[in-house]
Amino acid sequence: MEELSLHILDLVQNSLRAAATKVEIFIKEDLTRDCFLLEVRDNGRGMPEDFVKEALSPFTTTRTTRRVGLGLSLLDMVARRCGGGVEIDTKLGKGTRVRAVFQHSHWDRAPLGDIKATLVAIIAANPKLSLIYKHRLGGRDFILDTEEIKGILGRDIPLNNMAVLGWLEEYIAQGLAHLYGGEEKDGNPKESG
Amino acid sequence: MATLKNLDDLRKLREQVKGELQERFGGEIKIIVGMGTCGIAAGAREVMTEILQELRTRNIDALITQTGCIGMCEREPLVDIERPGEKRVTYGRVTPKDVKRLVAEHVLHGRVVEDLVVARFDEEEE
Repeated sequence: MEELSLHILDLVQNSLRAAATKVEIFIKEDLTRDCFLLEVRDNGRGMPEDFVKEALSPFTTTRTTRRVGLGLSLLDMVARRCGGGVEIDTKLGKGTRVRAVFQHSHWDRAPLGDIKATLVAIIAANPKLSLIYKHRLGGRDFILDTEEIKGILGRDIPLNNMAVLGWLEEYIAQGLAHLYGGEEKDGNPKESG
Repeated sequence: MATLKNLDDLRKLREQVKGELQERFGGEIKIIVGMGTCGIAAGAREVMTEILQELRTRNIDALITQTGCIGMCEREPLVDIERPGEKRVTYGRVTPKDVKRLVAEHVLHGRVVEDLVVARFDEEEE
C-alpha cells in the first residue's frame, strides 16, 4: 500500500470487524523530533494476550475465509523499514490501540496520501460509527468529530446523506489545507521533510 | 479558494436536505464495496470515492455499505449492486473507470454489466 491513509483504512476495518462503535484516529507529525505517529484506537472486543504477540506475524488472522492475515504485519514491516515500528495495546472486551511510528523524513516513509478519501469512505459506509480524526502538526490541530456533526444534523438526516458527505469532503479538505498551511492539491496535502 | 466550510454551513445544509428528504421514494438501492486488506490494496477506496462522486453528480439516493474479505481476493476490488426486488450482482476487478458505466447501466436502469460480473445471488442463497 503506497499511502499511510490506506493503512489507516485497513486498521479501521479491523476495528469494525471487532464490533467497535467508537474509533479514534490520531496523527501527530512532529518535525522537530522527526517523528510521524499514527494511532487507531477503538472500543471493539480486543484481542487475547497470546494473540497479540502473534498479531504482527503475517500468518495470524481472525478471518475465516483465508488463513493469512496481512494488514498489521504489512504496517509493521513498513514502519520498521522507516526506523520505527508498531505497538499494539489491547484489552479483551475493552478495545485496541494500534500505534505506528515512523521517522518522518525517512526516504521510504510513504506519504499520508488521500486521508480525506479514507475518512469519507469510512463515514459513508458506517454512518453510525462514532469517528474522531485528530491531526496535529506544528502546534496546529485539525479535529473531525462525527458526533458533533450528528448533533447538528439531528435525527432525521443521516451522516451518509449525499449532500452531507459532499459537505464533509470539503470540510476535511479545507481543514487539512489549513493544517499544512497552504492550498490543498489533489487531496494530497503537501508533505514536509 | 472556495468559501470556507464551517459548521454554520452544515446547519444551512440541514434545512435544505430536510425539505428534500420528504420527496424520497421507498426501497433503497444497495451498493457494497469490499474493504478487506486485499480490497484496499487493490484500489477499493478509489472505487468507493468514485461511486460517491457519481451518485452525487447524478443525484441518486443509494445506500453504500462495506464488507471485509470474502475470499475472492484476486478479484478485488469487488462491488455488489442490489436494486430493490432484484438479484444482487457482484462485480470484480472494478476500477474507478468502470464506475460511471455501473451506475448508468445497473444502478439507474437495472441492466447488468456482463463483462464485469463475477457472481449473481439468488434470493434462496441469502
